[in-house]
Amino acid sequence: MKYIIAIIQPDRLDEVIAALEEEEIILVTVSEVMGRGRQKGVAEVYRSHVERNGLLHKIKVEVAVNNNDVWRAVDAIANGARTGHVGDGKIFVLDMEECVRIRTGETGVSAIR
Amino acid sequence: MKYIIAIIQPDRLDDVIAALEEEEINLLTVSDCMGRGRQKGVAEVYRSHVDRSGLLHKLKVELAVGNNNVWQAVDAITRGARTGNIGDGKIFVLEMEECLRIRTGETGISALA
Amino acid sequence: MTSIDTGDTAWLLISTALVMLMTPGLAFFYGGLVRRKNILSIMVQCMMLVAVISLQWVAFGYSLSFGPDHAGIIGGLSWAGLHGVGLAPNPDYAATVPHQLFMVYQMMFAVITPALIIGAFAERMRFSAFLLFSVLWATIVYDPMAHWVWGAGGFLKEMGALDFAGGIVVHVSAGTGALAAALVLGRRRGYPEISPPHNLPFAILGAALLWFGWFGFNAGSALTSGTLAVSAFISTHMAAAAGALAWAVLEWVLSKRPTALGIISGAIAGLATVTPAAGYVTPAGAILIGFLTGIICYFSVVWVKARLGYDDSLDAFGVHGVGGMFGVLMTGILATTAVNPDGADGLAYGHAKQLLIQFLAMIICGAFSFVVSWGLLKLVDRVVGLRVSPDHENIGLDLTQHRESAYTIVG
Repeated sequence: MKYIIAIIQPDRLDEVIAALEEEEIILVTVSEVMGRGRQKGVAEVYRSHVERNGLLHKIKVEVAVNNNDVWRAVDAIANGARTGHVGDGKIFVLDMEECVRIRTGETGVSAIR
Repeated sequence: MKYIIAIIQPDRLDDVIAALEEEEINLLTVSDCMGRGRQKGVAEVYRSHVDRSGLLHKLKVELAVGNNNVWQAVDAITRGARTGNIGDGKIFVLEMEECLRIRTGETGISALA
Repeated sequence: MTSIDTGDTAWLLISTALVMLMTPGLAFFYGGLVRRKNILSIMVQCMMLVAVISLQWVAFGYSLSFGPDHAGIIGGLSWAGLHGVGLAPNPDYAATVPHQLFMVYQMMFAVITPALIIGAFAERMRFSAFLLFSVLWATIVYDPMAHWVWGAGGFLKEMGALDFAGGIVVHVSAGTGALAAALVLGRRRGYPEISPPHNLPFAILGAALLWFGWFGFNAGSALTSGTLAVSAFISTHMAAAAGALAWAVLEWVLSKRPTALGIISGAIAGLATVTPAAGYVTPAGAILIGFLTGIICYFSVVWVKARLGYDDSLDAFGVHGVGGMFGVLMTGILATTAVNPDGADGLAYGHAKQLLIQFLAMIICGAFSFVVSWGLLKLVDRVVGLRVSPDHENIGLDLTQHRESAYTIVG
């Protein structure tokens, strides 16, 4: 099993979720984060204080999938999130050892869905 | 070492923390997130704009544990988060390679405690 | 010999402060509806207009609008810098309060009118272009139009057009200017796939401040603290209530749920629409106006805009323009001298010509504002460029235009 973390543009969330849904991947966790990458961000100025962290508002999407579904999920996210501009985001795929459905206690592949 | 990510109902947080404390697991990170799974969520409408992502508010609890404590932690979270209803959440267990305490530079299991 | 009435003066002072509060209220209303990366840009634009148009008004705006008439078209510059605008009342406008009070009361209208247009070009206009456009618009569109409708000798006033508190001068002019802005600037990148409003509680706070301030806007326009102010006050409130209910019920029927945004949109539509009518119609007339406009503006925003495809981002035309035009016409139907002897009877009271006059005034002002706004936007585009770069639109105007962000998880 794999755990996928994607950092995307806020406006692309609807399309990413729709694209995942087409692949029948329903379970998604979304959170607000700040990030920077090649899209360097902009220094902020408060009164005369300059803040150079250059972080921009982004959305983090997390999905757990079976090994067979990894590329379908990655492609769906990439297709939903892509605009062709700097700042479209990144996708990270991590190894996942176990998955537990809290309500029933089921584990493993059957708990993922 | 493992990195555990749990998505839970917001009002179960206190019980999850208390259950983890019973297992002497104190170090954890909590953040706001939106999620959906079998509990499909609800489409939102803003004037003419319909947002179908159907995300609901959840909390994400993250913690790092030694290999011996994985099931203690998973069981504690399950105990604290379970209500028996759809939407109780999921627990994901990821492999973690290293851990470092920033203050001292210690690494490995001793940095976890 | 005219003398100052302390009651009238007190009420107009309060009304002036109430109308001033509407522009920051509008900042919250619009600010809550945009994406989080652009809320400060809306608020900076609104607050900047409070500063800039106030100064423009004293320098020459008031003189152009209300100064001694030139051919019914414009007020001229003899009152520039408040020359001759003193503390003694001016019986042409308000015989019982200091002339300067009338001037500062009108100033707040001049401030909020260009601010309404912000809704049409939100999230994509350069700040320098916004500022240049707004000052030019206030001078070339608002000031003459205020003179036509309200200025002593203004040709629409002479023609008998009724506009109690600014349905034509404020809402029709800003609404049609907004339509021009939405068309000239083009859609936002990614439209219509744009994230939903980022802070609806802010939008509700803003709508509540607008509703509150509108009592000063409409009831203050009586310019006296008597029966007419009371009548306008009640009309204002009832139209807002009816508009809010109509919009929400329509949503409930057509898309299954009444929404927070729907209720406040309906309230604002009711307020904008009753503005020209407030001092001329009965409470029942105001309720009818509110109900109908809740329905009309709902369809203009939800159906017409979606089908025509222009990106009037926060519905400045759909609510203020459409509502304002409808209100101007309804004034021609429902106005009655039983409420205001200085007004006129409308169609419903046997005076069909009033509706024709209202229609003409609406068309003249709407067309004038649309055409001149279009020209000004093209001009400003040549001079400084209207739109931010795609990259900056992506990052957001708060950071790129103002180097600040409203929300941050760091600090």
